[in-house]
Amino acid sequence: MVNVDEKLMRDELISFIEEQKKKPGPLMPIMQKAQSLYGALTFEVQELISEQLGIPMSDVYGVATFYSQFALQPKGEHIVSVCMGTACYVRNVEKVMEKMIEELGINPGETTKDNKFTLEATRCLGCCGLAPVMMIDDQVYGRLTPSDVPDILAKYTD
Amino acid sequence: MDIFRSHVLVCGGTGCTSSDSLKIIDKMNEEITKAGLEKEVKVVKTGCFGLCEVGPIVIVYPEGCFYSRVKVDDVAEIVSEHLLKGRIVKRLLYKEAAGDIETSLNNVGFYKKQKRVALRNCGVIDPEKIDEYIAYDGYKALGTCLTQYTPQQVIDIIKDSGLRGRGGGGFSTGLKWQFCHNEKNDQKYVICNADEGDPGAFMDRSVLEGDPHAVLEAMAIAGYAIGSNMGYIYVRAEYPIAVKRLEIAIGQAKEYGLLGKNIFDTGFDFDIEIRLGAGAFVCGEETALMVSIEGKRGEPTPKPPFPAQKGLFGKPTIINNVETFANISQIILKGADWFKSMGTEKSKGTKVFALGGKINNTGLVEIPMGTTLREIIYDIGGGIPSGKAFKAAQTGGPSGGCIPASHLDTPIDYDSLTAIGSMMGSGGLIVMDEDNCMVDVARFFLDFTVDESCGKCPPCRIGTKRMLEILERIVAGQGEDGDIEKLQKLGENIKNAALCGLGKTAPNPVLSTIKYFRDEYEAHIYDKKCPAGHCKALLNYIIDKSKCIGCSACAKVCPVGAITGKIKEPFEIDQSKCIKCGACIGKCKFGAIEKK
Repeated sequence: MVNVDEKLMRDELISFIEEQKKKPGPLMPIMQKAQSLYGALTFEVQELISEQLGIPMSDVYGVATFYSQFALQPKGEHIVSVCMGTACYVRNVEKVMEKMIEELGINPGETTKDNKFTLEATRCLGCCGLAPVMMIDDQVYGRLTPSDVPDILAKYTD
Repeated sequence: MDIFRSHVLVCGGTGCTSSDSLKIIDKMNEEITKAGLEKEVKVVKTGCFGLCEVGPIVIVYPEGCFYSRVKVDDVAEIVSEHLLKGRIVKRLLYKEAAGDIETSLNNVGFYKKQKRVALRNCGVIDPEKIDEYIAYDGYKALGTCLTQYTPQQVIDIIKDSGLRGRGGGGFSTGLKWQFCHNEKNDQKYVICNADEGDPGAFMDRSVLEGDPHAVLEAMAIAGYAIGSNMGYIYVRAEYPIAVKRLEIAIGQAKEYGLLGKNIFDTGFDFDIEIRLGAGAFVCGEETALMVSIEGKRGEPTPKPPFPAQKGLFGKPTIINNVETFANISQIILKGADWFKSMGTEKSKGTKVFALGGKINNTGLVEIPMGTTLREIIYDIGGGIPSGKAFKAAQTGGPSGGCIPASHLDTPIDYDSLTAIGSMMGSGGLIVMDEDNCMVDVARFFLDFTVDESCGKCPPCRIGTKRMLEILERIVAGQGEDGDIEKLQKLGENIKNAALCGLGKTAPNPVLSTIKYFRDEYEAHIYDKKCPAGHCKALLNYIIDKSKCIGCSACAKVCPVGAITGKIKEPFEIDQSKCIKCGACIGKCKFGAIEKK
């Protein structure tokens, strides 16, 4: 099974690369596509991009490590991004983050052992009116207090 | 076209969406159909109304009834009472901070002093329907430019209007276009900088979500003016709704022949592509943004050469911010004189600010340049919550500074903000009250800069790190004599020597807080006290024996067992065990525990 999926993903990425190659500056869109397919830019994925585009591996790796949204290791099933922007900071998002660290038992940048959650400290989500806020996957949660944290997490653990 | 007797506008911006406004729209349509009103009432999903504090927002026209904090369960009542029987649902109407109830949007204090130019269509039209944009004179300016003006005439109008870049730099937009127009090259580019990275600023997101066609139209006008047929929008990947609406808008504009080949049969071609950022703050800097589009690490390059001479892929390029573009079509349609009539001598037009932090009406406001900070914070923003005292307003994000109460009457424009040690920046305005520690705020911004510094030039890479280390020592109670002077010297050197805008402005939050709140730094360093009661290492929790009744609530909640005592006698906190979590303060009903 895994091999079939692997082949499908590989084919999809290669045909996307072929399409993008015609345009100037294709590397970032290709890496974004690769990450959405594979969940991470592992060494093998970077190697494939480097071969297909005919550019050095060092260039691919350089870009992969420069931008915070590219991950070299797969992330958990759900991404919890707690906003550490100014408006949230001024409204005590630190306490929400502390509670999150306590509940998940991991620090920002880490993934839980069961691969369920990855915790991230993100910069401004642009919902400053609802500060303090966090985002789990694409859903934004606003006007948070530390006591909201367990209930919100419970929605994702069933 | 169908005529409806009532329009129900529901905010579909990110803020309201996160509090279920999309479910409200579904429920509203369901209830309207149930009541048999589907031919009389139309529900419109709009962009942001600005007053995010009281979202989700629902507005019913023609009355202009302003319902706030609406829940899905309230929808049936709005339909059966207001839409069916014509009786306004009073309990859902917006209440001013002062307690007054306003029935109509036009009377709400938050909107009275505003002048909406860049945000004109936000919260008015459905951003996913090009016809609604066209109904509000959309693409008329592009048509006018292509059929009645030469490229030079377009540039002259923009130059004459006095429009300056809204992304922070404040450079004349018309001059930028002129420089690029003057370059001879077979290929030129137009870029829209939508990499809105300043924490606390979200006006670009609101324009993209609420009025995406305004940006596309302006980019095409810019393309015509400088002689370019290709545009890129570089937008943050953190803004999924904005990206989706841009994609829809580009598709519709192409379908209508307003983008693509031979626009308005004039032989002018213009195409736009979206490029997503990948989470690097420095890419908001124009040279870094361009190398990022080229598919490289987003590191800035020295200027000159300026983008207008040698920009994207080595070709002449103009790069303007979203809000700058949002002004263009209005200037073309209404004329430079109209635009010049708003604002101050050197800063024309309006500016959008994102109000956040300790303020009653958080949200987006657009005001004429020259409005004072006091008017923004008190008249529009509704003042500080919970009766706390104003301490500072932070503008310009990590590049800006903190403005103290003594400068509240400064008229806001590019030059006056720079003169008091802050900057306009992209328009984030975070209000802080007496509970915010200014030393820790400076540390917070430096932490951000150190994290986001690309590492190319040593003054920024190493210098900001050293400043952060000093600040971390100070808030941890280990500040030393001479630290303030070291911070000032380092800050000045970094400002002079760094390569790009990020590094050159990074010391501003520290330098401005030292300038206006030096006493707080001194209290941390010499007295080992945090006057705002924020810095944990400098705080002690103490039980006031005269107020404690010995109920033991605090001892039960203490996670480390630092509180002991006999029931009905005053308790005591063992300072050597206390981890300063603050749990006890929240539990005490008698106000007997103090932070000192």
